[in-house]
Order: sequence, then structure tokens, then C-alpha cells
Amino acid sequence: MELSTLSLKELSDALREKTVSARELTGAFLERINRFNPELNAFVTVAEEEALAAADEADRRLARGEGVTPLTGIPVAVADTICTKGIKTTCASRILENFIPPYDATAVSRLKEAGAVIIAKTNTDEFGAGTTTGYSAFGPARNPWDKDREPGGDGGAAAVAAGLVPLAVSFDSGGSLRRAAAFCGVTGLKPAYGSVSRYGLAALAPSLEQIGPLARQVDDLALLYQVLAGPDPLDATSLPAAGPGRDGAEVTGPAAGSKGLRIGLPREYFAGEQLQAAVKERVLAAAGILAEKGGEQVDLTLPSTGYALAAHILLAAAEASSSLARYDGVRYGYRSPEATDIDLLYKKTRTEGFGSEAKRRILLGTLVLSAECYNDYYLNAQKVRALVIREFKEAFTKCDLILTPVTPGAPGRAGGERSPLLQYQDEYYTAGANLAGLAGLSLPCGLVDGLPVGVQLLAPAGREGLLFWAARILEEATGRLSPPSFQE
Amino acid sequence: MNYETVIGLEVHVELKTEAKVFCGCAARFGAEPNTHVCPGCLGMPGALPVLNKRAVEYCIKAGLALNCRIAPFSRFDRKQYFYPDLPHAYQISQDDLPLCAGGGLKIVNPAGEERLVRINRIHLEEEAGRTYHSGTGTAGYSLLDFNRSGLPLIEIVTEPDLRSPEEARIFLEKLQEILRYIEVSDCKMEEGSFRCDANISVRPAGSREFGRRMEIKNLNSFKAIQAALAYEENRLGSLLAAGTPPEQEESRGWDETRGMTFFMRPKEKATDYRYFPDPDLPPLVIAEEWVEAIRAGLPELPEEKKNRYVKEYGLPVQDADLLGSFRETAEFFEATLRCYSGEPKTVANWVMGDFARLLNLEKLTPAQSKLKPEALAAMLQMIDDGQISGKIAKTVFEEMFYSGKSPREIVAEKGLAQISDENQLTAVVREILAKHPGPVADYRAGKTKALGFLVGQVMKETKGQANPGLVNKLLREELDK
Repeated sequence: MELSTLSLKELSDALREKTVSARELTGAFLERINRFNPELNAFVTVAEEEALAAADEADRRLARGEGVTPLTGIPVAVADTICTKGIKTTCASRILENFIPPYDATAVSRLKEAGAVIIAKTNTDEFGAGTTTGYSAFGPARNPWDKDREPGGDGGAAAVAAGLVPLAVSFDSGGSLRRAAAFCGVTGLKPAYGSVSRYGLAALAPSLEQIGPLARQVDDLALLYQVLAGPDPLDATSLPAAGPGRDGAEVTGPAAGSKGLRIGLPREYFAGEQLQAAVKERVLAAAGILAEKGGEQVDLTLPSTGYALAAHILLAAAEASSSLARYDGVRYGYRSPEATDIDLLYKKTRTEGFGSEAKRRILLGTLVLSAECYNDYYLNAQKVRALVIREFKEAFTKCDLILTPVTPGAPGRAGGERSPLLQYQDEYYTAGANLAGLAGLSLPCGLVDGLPVGVQLLAPAGREGLLFWAARILEEATGRLSPPSFQE
Repeated sequence: MNYETVIGLEVHVELKTEAKVFCGCAARFGAEPNTHVCPGCLGMPGALPVLNKRAVEYCIKAGLALNCRIAPFSRFDRKQYFYPDLPHAYQISQDDLPLCAGGGLKIVNPAGEERLVRINRIHLEEEAGRTYHSGTGTAGYSLLDFNRSGLPLIEIVTEPDLRSPEEARIFLEKLQEILRYIEVSDCKMEEGSFRCDANISVRPAGSREFGRRMEIKNLNSFKAIQAALAYEENRLGSLLAAGTPPEQEESRGWDETRGMTFFMRPKEKATDYRYFPDPDLPPLVIAEEWVEAIRAGLPELPEEKKNRYVKEYGLPVQDADLLGSFRETAEFFEATLRCYSGEPKTVANWVMGDFARLLNLEKLTPAQSKLKPEALAAMLQMIDDGQISGKIAKTVFEEMFYSGKSPREIVAEKGLAQISDENQLTAVVREILAKHPGPVADYRAGKTKALGFLVGQVMKETKGQANPGLVNKLLREELDK
């Protein structure tokens, strides 16, 4: 049996029926990781020992038949910015190279409660600041479809696509999770702000980011999301109501087919020159598929879209400059051995510990928040944000979900030199959802030159179920994608 | 030329909540270093602040007691700077939307004038940890304790309404009294739970413009505050008089041993703290019903209490002041009065006298002592009923204080009941008269003073238990026979 291509339900059934033990399953995925990861660099840390121990525990649970969930015994990779108790959490940064958290992120606690096996920590850009994993202190991850290409800003998507893990949990502060899902040909969800607890996610841009699931297919994505979502007393920004994943109420979407489903197509997301014709064609084809099923396409305008990206860059930098200030070499993490006084300790530790993009955001963010620039940059960005929120709100009175591209084209060269500004523009289609706190689901909509591209579905908080439902329809129509070179 | 001094204060007060303000760690003073810490108050990656509702309640309480408006909508901001004991490299504080604004406190200055000191704002924030420096030069090192990191703190900022160092001290004493009264803080300057920075400037009398302002940091006792301000008042006055007003605004320290302020840094170089709203904390929305519930739960404040003691109980102002200044004392006094039908002044005398003396001796507060108000009331009743003498009562009181027993028990155990049996006392009186023929003769010769001596002898014979009124009466009867 080729375990690496099975769906979560198939794996879960196999475990329950004892055709395979959790230890065997974890062992099989560890084998694939050891075999393929050197060429993909999708992981920073592989937690072999901890994973096998967790698998044994899952086997005991399965034997007793108590507390068994669809995730019991299933290996899951977790982004290295998400704290895992006793397992190194580097945030892909030298400054936390040897940091072992004494606590689990809430998302990780929930996975463990469900019986999942935390198998590895995935590569990202340093603290998630970037779009290609090119800013990881431990080298970029590779795209399993073409190892010379970038995988998007998340090694988890590459790992899921290549079948090194069945599921991954990552995070998204401007679109990295959704871009990675699109570029690697898997499904990924950035939940609406507050749906999944941020407790234990090393902050980059706290008002923008969310932890979310990655999976090869929509059903798996929905199941994983249900485990992650829900209110958390440890996160004051988590939504008070039970998340739609928790009570399961809306996860399956409207029962009565897509009749009357209004699909919003914002002009600004299809107009720009940067959008490649082949991508546009496949994204619009996806809209057509939904419409065919009885839905209706609605022409929308979101006039602030052009400013949204600029606002996102400024706010993300402002928050990053503050979030990353705690890494000072005083209490934990890297400390420069050469410092002779406290000012040098800060200076040398942070100079040596942070990479170029983290430093760029710290500098930019410090400027944005400085007394002279605060009104011009920070406050104006907040005003744009308020505008973007209002425009989306209005748009959702005219449609049920919004359909857009995820990226303007196929993935670029891995490790290729691109100006930071160009990289920021990578998030043109995705940053709006972070600014407005919307749920954004990314799923494949076909290949362009043999590389996957994705479609994005947006909905307001609490409507994630609608996204899963629509995504299933598209998935059925498009079929699942698998990178050829990782098949047995 | 005459000069006028202008002073404004910034007071930091640690709230005595059970837990820290943004995490669940215990808020305790004096524990082993770094034992009340967690990922949150250590600033570890991914840990998030969750607001302690009690801290908000205490801040609102302080705001109401100081007549502030409670903002229905306020916000937490990050005040950013690097310091080794500041774990996030920012302090969660409130910048432009504080929880409490406006307000004021009336004081009476040494000249007997009433003065309203306006409160600009009160905001809620978190404490930093503590740094301890050891050794010097290259052998020097610093130790960090994060137990204090994340304790709830309020900052109370006054308008520049104080006109002398004495007024500043009186204001602070009164502020401390109120905050202790409403039980939001211990306000212990020596433990750092009540700290003050003072801003002072001096200008020619009648001038509308302020002089250049000096900020004196880290003043750790009322004495230091008054002394430092007096020193600075003098220094600035001399500079003005010499025609050389200070050239810049400065932060200055206070050297206790030399009794001088000293230059620390110019104020122009003020740090840019890059405040911005903390994205981890939603805006603080306060329901009016909650504010009203807190207001309704506020105790009578010392000022009202003192006035009521004078008006309602007929106490002298000094007594009302003494009893009303400390909440536990006032509560003990009032609880005793509730069980006692005699004069309030009698209760006041015992509370301010013997009780205060013993509390002082044993370093206890009224609530910590074993003596209960009901017991004191019962003892006073026994005096009034002639069951014990006032003198014996002193012995009974001390025993009550240390053992917590009821006065009846003590009187019974020790046989201290007053002797009011006429036959029994007549026998003693006769005995004494027989023993002391001299004073008897003196008395009969008109030297009435001798009576006092004879009373004393009877009391001595009865170990003070004889009813003194009755002794007097019986002696006279016998002597006049």
C-alpha cells in the first residue's frame, strides 16, 4: 500500500482497522522524509524520536478504542514558527537556532489532544517574513514540481505535495500559506482572523496573521481546520463564538447545491498587466465551473486594492519591528559572544542573529512608527485598512464568496535574486484577506507550463464552511494534482 | 522679587491583584527570584497577553475615588524601548486613550487653604522586571528577576496645580490614604509599590508662563520628595534671582546622603517610544453598568468619614482624623460602636489609646489582632454597668488583646469582678480606718485630703476591685459617724 498518496480518511480507516499501526505509518513517512527532504529542504527539524513516541501513544489509544479521532496516529508537520514543547522551534532564524520552547502553541495542543503525531517542523522565511522561503536561515525549500523553483513561502506545502506528510499546519500573514498551496498544487486555508488561536505562533504581524491547515484535498483540509479552530482563553483576539470548525455546523456548506450562490469577481484582481493570461484563464474557468453548478457571477469593484498592498507592507513592517524586538540575547536564543556591554549585546546579537529581510522590516517598521512618520505612514495605512475592510464588507452584501487568483504567474526560480519590492508584490492578491481578517482558501486550478497555479476563495469570518463546500466542487472538476517525481 | 513654585506629579502605584495583569502568574513581593514567571511575562515567542479583569476594576476604582471620568472605550499601546528587564522590549501601557481621565483631589495646605489638585489621567500598564547590579568595571555583572515583570501598575498624572513641596507631600499622603482605603494597593514606598516622579518649575509670582521644568526621578519616601523638591525650588529660585534661569529642561536624580539633586540627562533628548496600539489586545470597552456597580461598592472615603465622625459622633477633629485615616482602624471603631450603646468618644479613646499602643508594640494592624470589636464593646459595657472598674479594665483589655478571650471570661478566670457588695466593703473600710488612726484624725479635723489616701488603701486591700464610688460613700459614712 502506498501510504503517501492516501487521503486522511483512508489513513484514518487503515489505522482503525489495524491494517497499519501508527508506528508503521509514522515510520513510513519518516522514511520518505529521510529520502526526499535533502532535495526539498522542506523541514528545519525532523522530530523522529518524539514522533515515534507519539505514534506509540496513538497505537495505545487505538487499541483501547478511546478518544480516537480522525487525526489519531496521523503524522502532521508544523511550521517552525509555531512553538512545540520540547522540540526545537527556530522560526528559521539564527537568533532562535537552538530555542526549545517549554510550551505548546494552542494549535499544537489541539493536534496532540486529537492524537496527531507531530513529525517535523517545516521551513519558512525567517519569522515568516518573505514569500519564497528564500529568507530562511537554513536555506530555501524547493518546489517538488520543479526543484529549481521556489515553493511559495512555506515548506509545509512542499512537504504535503511531495507526500512527505499527509497534513501540515502553517501560518499566513500576507499570503505565504496560500501562495505555497497554489505553487505546490495543494489546498491551504488562511482562516478568518480569530478563528484559530495565535497562542504559541512566534509573532511577526499579530494583527494580520493566522495559523491554518494545508492538505492534499479539501476534505482533509476541513477536518484539520476543525481541530485547529475554536476560541482560546490564551488569545484575546480569538473569536468568542465556537468556530465553524468546532461545532461542524457549516463545514459542509449549504446542502441545496450551489443554486443561487453569488460568486464575486473583483475587477481589480483581474485587470493588472502582471496577471499572466494563462493563469487568468484557469482562474476564470474555475469561476465558470461554480457558476455552471447553479451559481451566479457578480462583477465587483474593490477600489482600494491598489493601496491595500502598500498598507499591508507598512503595517506588517511596523508590527514586525515591535514583535521581533524581544529577541535581544538577554533571556534566551542567540547571544553574541563578543558583546562587552549591554548596548553591544543588543547590537551584535541582533546584527548577527537576524537575516536581511527581518532587518529590513525592523528598520522600515521602526521608521513607520517613529514620531515624525507615524501619521504619514502608520495612521494612513490604518485608514486604508479601514477602507479595505469596508469595501469587502459591502462586497459581501452583493456576493457570498469572492473568487480571485492567488498569484499572477507560476513560481519563480528558487533562490533567485529579486528586489524586495517585487517580493512584496507577490502578495498583491492575498494581502487583502489579511488586512480585512477574511478567510481565504487556496486550491489548485490547473497547470501552466507543467507547474500548478491556484484559485483563491474568500469569505467573511464564520463562513469557512462555504469555502470548503465550493472548493470541493472545484476539486471534483479539476482533479487532484501530484508532482510526478515523488511517486513510487 | 517673589517667586512661585509649580509642581506636578506622576505617581506609579502597583495594584494588589492576585495575578499579574497579562498572565496568570502570582503577583507576590519578596519571592525567590524568577519563581513567578511564565512564557508570557518572560516575553517568549508566541506567548500572548490576556487582560486581568481585576486589574481593570482596581484602576476604575482608583479613577472613581479620584473623581475621574471612566472612558467607555480605551486602548492598550506598546511603549517601545530596550532594557534588559523589559522582556518584550516594549511595555504594554496606554498612550492617548487612558482608562481614566479628568478628576481631582482636594487638599488643605499648611496655611490652611483648600486646594484642588486636578488629575490629568490614570492609566493601566504593566511593570518591568528588576535588575540588580553587582561588582564594578570588568568584574561587574547584572542579575535579572522577572517576578515583578507584568505586575499591574497604574500611573496617576496630576496637573501642575501644586505650589510648594509641602503641598506635594500632603497630596501624596492623601492619595496613599485613599488608595489604601479602597484596597487597590498596599502603597508601600519601601517596597516600590508607590513611586513618584515630580516635575517642578519656578516663575516670578504673577507670571502666567511656566518656568523651565525639572523632572526629579525615583523619589522613594515622602521625606525625600519634600526634601528634593525643596532643594530644587531653592536652586531654581536662586538661578532666577541671579538672572540666569536654567537653559534646558532636565531629568534629575536625588542624592539622599548629600541632600542634593543632580543632573541626569537633558529632557530634549526624550526617547521616541514609538507607541502604537497593541495588536494582541482588543480595545477595552467598559460597560457603564460595571462602572456603576464598582462605584456602588466603593467604601466611604476618608474625607467623608472624618466629617461624619465630627458631625454624627461629636468627636474632636483630631480624633476623627486619627480614626478615619486608616481604613481598618475606622472599621474597628465603627464595628465597636455598632455593639455599644455608650459614648462614641469612649470608644475613640480606647481605640486611639490602649489599642493603638499595643498594635504599635506588636506591629499589627487592627484586622490582624485577636481583639474583636464585640469584645471591646462588651468590656466598655461592663465598665458602664459597674462590673469592673476603669483601672481593672486596662488589665482586662491587655489580656483580651493577647488572648482574644472575652472580657467576661477574663474577669471570671482572674477574679477581677468589681466588689460592689456593701457588707463586704464595709468590713474592709472598717479595717482600714482602724489601721490608720492618723489620717482618720486628719480627716475629722477638716483635712479632707486624707480621704484620698484612705480610698487608696481600700483599693489596695481589694486589689483594685472595689467599686470606687461605693468605697467613697462607705468611708464618708463611717468617718462622719
